[in-house]
Amino acid sequence: MADYDLTQTHIIHLDEPKHEIALSTEKLNVYYGENRAMHDASLQFERYRITALIGASGSGKSTYLRSLNRMNDNIANSRVTGKIMYRDLNINSDEIDVYKMREHIGMVFQRPNPFAKSIYDNITFALKRHGQKDKKYLDEVVETSLKQAALWDQVKDSLGKSALALSGGQQQRLCIARAIAMKPDILLLDEPASALDPISTNTVEETLIRLKEEFTIVIVTHNMQQAARISDYTAFFHSGRALEFDETRKLFTRPKIKAAEDYVSGHFG
Amino acid sequence: MDPIKASLLKKSRAAKSETRGKLISLVCISLIVFIVLAIFYFVASRGLATFFKDKVSIGRFLTQSTWNPSLKDSHGHPEVGALPMIMGSFGVTFLAALLATPFAIGAGIFMTEISPKRGEKLLQPVMELLVGIPSVVYGFIGLSVIVPAVRHLFGGSGFGILAGTCVLFVMILPTVTSMTVDALKSVPRHYREASLALGATRWQTTWKVVLKAATPGILTGVVFGMARAFGEALAVQMVIGNAALLPHNLITPASTLTSVLTMGMGNTVMGSLANNALWSLALLLLLMSLLFNLLVRLIGRKGAMNR
Repeated sequence: MADYDLTQTHIIHLDEPKHEIALSTEKLNVYYGENRAMHDASLQFERYRITALIGASGSGKSTYLRSLNRMNDNIANSRVTGKIMYRDLNINSDEIDVYKMREHIGMVFQRPNPFAKSIYDNITFALKRHGQKDKKYLDEVVETSLKQAALWDQVKDSLGKSALALSGGQQQRLCIARAIAMKPDILLLDEPASALDPISTNTVEETLIRLKEEFTIVIVTHNMQQAARISDYTAFFHSGRALEFDETRKLFTRPKIKAAEDYVSGHFG
Repeated sequence: MDPIKASLLKKSRAAKSETRGKLISLVCISLIVFIVLAIFYFVASRGLATFFKDKVSIGRFLTQSTWNPSLKDSHGHPEVGALPMIMGSFGVTFLAALLATPFAIGAGIFMTEISPKRGEKLLQPVMELLVGIPSVVYGFIGLSVIVPAVRHLFGGSGFGILAGTCVLFVMILPTVTSMTVDALKSVPRHYREASLALGATRWQTTWKVVLKAATPGILTGVVFGMARAFGEALAVQMVIGNAALLPHNLITPASTLTSVLTMGMGNTVMGSLANNALWSLALLLLLMSLLFNLLVRLIGRKGAMNR
């Protein structure tokens, strides 16, 4: 891999965003034991926008995403320093109830991971865990979230069926429905389409574009066309650093950093 | 003929040694199958002699409660009622499994979900050690600690199903626990992450997602533990009291299929009814362990279907 100047960065600051900043990080560092996996990442995520995180494998983009709703807490020896600001609150602090926080900052993973339960129970799982018992409300949420995830028409007659009987693309949309059933503010997606075929990928992308009217979306993707197609902002990661952050249009047409330029033009490494 | 053509038509050394290897493994597996079948045949032929040669009805054997194979009752029927032993065996097995399962699940959760590091360093070796202790040692400890304790707490002689259950509980706990741990460990990480990402707490995740996914594996562990408890002879025989009476409570002397076998096998004449009756008990044991095995397979298959 070619050596790039890691000190040179181009991170725009959203001074007058159309919507408010829903989530931002200030000098976020992630350590796995002695290994520093993320260096001082400071990014902002605007509400009702899709921000894509791109970069090669091992660049730290997934690490960064996972620290946003503190999923890295579960990894032994990991340590996250710096600020994650959500509603003027630093959620990277011990006072925060992580479980409550994750109601507002949901996550969808690379591999579709529905529970071995019925479709209905998959969606109501989190609501029930948080004490929601009203059957009518649950039914309603199942319907609306499945509709939002573009899955309702295919499964409305078989809500009692095991979620594992669905196809990969349907499972992933079920996972998205499961995450938005909590009515979160922010949706984090870790390569949600990388395990899917092109047609399912397309459906998931369309779903995401519709979802951004209601949610703030941060998505990690390996697929640069995907980032270009669906995102409003893009952050380029390399060697555990966020090197460039700009509007997607600008980053893909006129990247400012050499590494980003090589990456989006396919001459990377 | 050109040499390549010739070599293609002749078996090479590698091909020959492959055939030889296949033959050797075939012989090995045949031997094992033969031994198992021979054991079955032998036990069955002796065990069934009670019913066919000595004309004891199977129904009476399974339901009568007087065990005295050398005597005949007032109607001239031999007294070979195995019900007390069957009850005793099932009693200690189920009670021990009932007692061990919650502990195994608790220990398993601690070792996989709560403190994997300490679990691996501390509990794993302890469990392995527990498996390695010879059953006679368990029996001896049971005899000198549990029996007096039961006597002291509940009265009676102290011998009985309760003492047997306690000993078996300790004996099967490591088996059930280690299989529970394996089952919990094999639950994919993304299950846990999915649940945590939805804001479920660790406990909710463990209880509602991980345990549910691991249920077939845990059940397999329980059945394995039950198979071990059912077949255990020495330790049980030392604490159960060995009275072939229908157990009315947990603290009067009772007996199990295995304990009657170990007590009686040296004291009967080959070919006599008393001897054949013992073989019938052995046959019953064999069939039960077969049943346990089938159960394990059934659970495994059902678990694989749900994945």
